[in-house]
Amino acid sequence: MDMKLRLKIWRQKNAESKGHFETYEVNANEHMSFLEMLDVLNEQLISEKKEPVVFEHDCREGICGSCSMVINGRPHGPVQGTTTCQVHMRTFKNGDTITIEPYRAGAFPVIKDLSVDRSSFDRIIQAGGFISVNTGQAPDGNALPIEKEQAEKAFDAAACIGCGACVAACPNGSAMLFTSAKVSHLSLVPQGQVEHSKRVQDMVAQMDKEGFGMCSNTGACEAECPKEISIENIARLNRAYMGSVFGSQK
Amino acid sequence: MWIFNFLFKSSIGRKLVMSLTGLFLITFLVVHLIGNLQLLYGDDGATFNQYAYFMTNNPLIKFTSYGLYFFIILHTIQGLMIAFFNKQASASKYAVNTNENSSWASKKMALLGTIILVFLFIHMGDFWFRMKIGWISYVEYPGYDVEIANLYERVVITYSKLWIVIIYLLGLLGLAFHLNHGFASAFQTLGLNHKKYTPLINGLGKAYSILIPLGFAIIPIYIYFINR
Ligand code: HEM
Ligand code: SF4
Ligand code: FES
Repeated sequence: MDMKLRLKIWRQKNAESKGHFETYEVNANEHMSFLEMLDVLNEQLISEKKEPVVFEHDCREGICGSCSMVINGRPHGPVQGTTTCQVHMRTFKNGDTITIEPYRAGAFPVIKDLSVDRSSFDRIIQAGGFISVNTGQAPDGNALPIEKEQAEKAFDAAACIGCGACVAACPNGSAMLFTSAKVSHLSLVPQGQVEHSKRVQDMVAQMDKEGFGMCSNTGACEAECPKEISIENIARLNRAYMGSVFGSQK
Repeated sequence: MWIFNFLFKSSIGRKLVMSLTGLFLITFLVVHLIGNLQLLYGDDGATFNQYAYFMTNNPLIKFTSYGLYFFIILHTIQGLMIAFFNKQASASKYAVNTNENSSWASKKMALLGTIILVFLFIHMGDFWFRMKIGWISYVEYPGYDVEIANLYERVVITYSKLWIVIIYLLGLLGLAFHLNHGFASAFQTLGLNHKKYTPLINGLGKAYSILIPLGFAIIPIYIYFINR
């Protein structure tokens, strides 16, 4: 079914300028994805010789974490456990007004319109979100026995796509859910143990340095995360950090 | 030094201070409530006054009370500084806000804490300060060689004014909401999140946040309406 929508979209030239909302009318179809609907709008704007709306996207299948925006007050829109690119227009009604804003967090400055700079996440990963292994032949799948429940927890944490919705949803602009997921998926398996203590301290230090807020345990991150990462990971990070501060030489 | 960097510079350490001081205050409130319920004994304050005399003169309890003052001040300063930093870290506000993803109290901890703080000043002024400067009457009880401060009488006089009773109830309402989120939050900050125990802690926190403020609220209500 075809649908007529009214879009209130945040337009901002660059990080320094103030930004404002502009309203557009767009004709869409309920089978379109949310990003396809924005593509239609941009085609329309280009044919009218106006600036298209800048938004980030890449995979359009829920795995890259690029499609960051806040739709009607919710990062990645209204569908639980779903990225913007996987939201379909059938979740909206004909005649709806949809408000689309960029992520708003101190450590995610706006680049343009809906696109924000999330390189602070990259620097947290660079600080310790890796393991050092020798290259060579791929190891045998079950060479290292890992308890099933443990492996599943590690896998759940590894599902984090680094999209930043947790930071966008957090009233404190905290990156604890992201950082805790990235620490957890390594700390839960044997391969992550060698650098564990140093990793925890370095990643938290980088997170603090980037200016993310402190966690008030509101749970907003977990509720909005498209990969449904649990705040259990935040508790694990808290334990690991305290363990590392008190238990190591550093 | 590393321990100061941890407790006052690192995000997780700063929150640990909030959690530990908060849990100390939570424990204190239980003792404070049990003690104060003796106001309802119906013996014109004999039990309560003697209990208060013990509490203000026992060296061990005196020592603990200095710890209490210190922890309240630490919790307040650290809490307000965290809230101030977080406000900046979250940058500007969204045009559309949902309340679906988190509770109201969890987002208003600093406001609720400030309500508690204002209440604490009034509360200390009503009793502690008056006792310190001697604006209080004294009674004699058998077995004591000194006169004892009649705090019971002070309490009854204080709670005979409706507006003071209302201020106390508002302070307790702030406390209830602060703890509705704070109790369970303190355990998560400690790193205690467990499939078996967390539901228990959450339930206990909700019960605590209702029952303890309610217990305190009974005292001014009882004295104002029944025991004037
Ligand atoms: C008897 C009084 C109080 C008790 C029992 C209490 C208890 C608690 C507890 C248990 C927490 C949770 C800690 C955590 O999340 O780890 C907390 C958080 C907090 N308290 Fe209090 N508190 C009291 C008074 C105050 C006062 C006077 C203030 C001052 C403004 C205050 C400000 C805060 C703030 C801002 C937080 C949130 C910190 C955060 O999560 O970012 N509290 N409190
Ligand atoms: S924890 Fe969830 S919301 Fe946060 S970056 Fe990872 S996938 Fe996105
Ligand atoms: S575009 Fe890749 S997750 Fe949405």
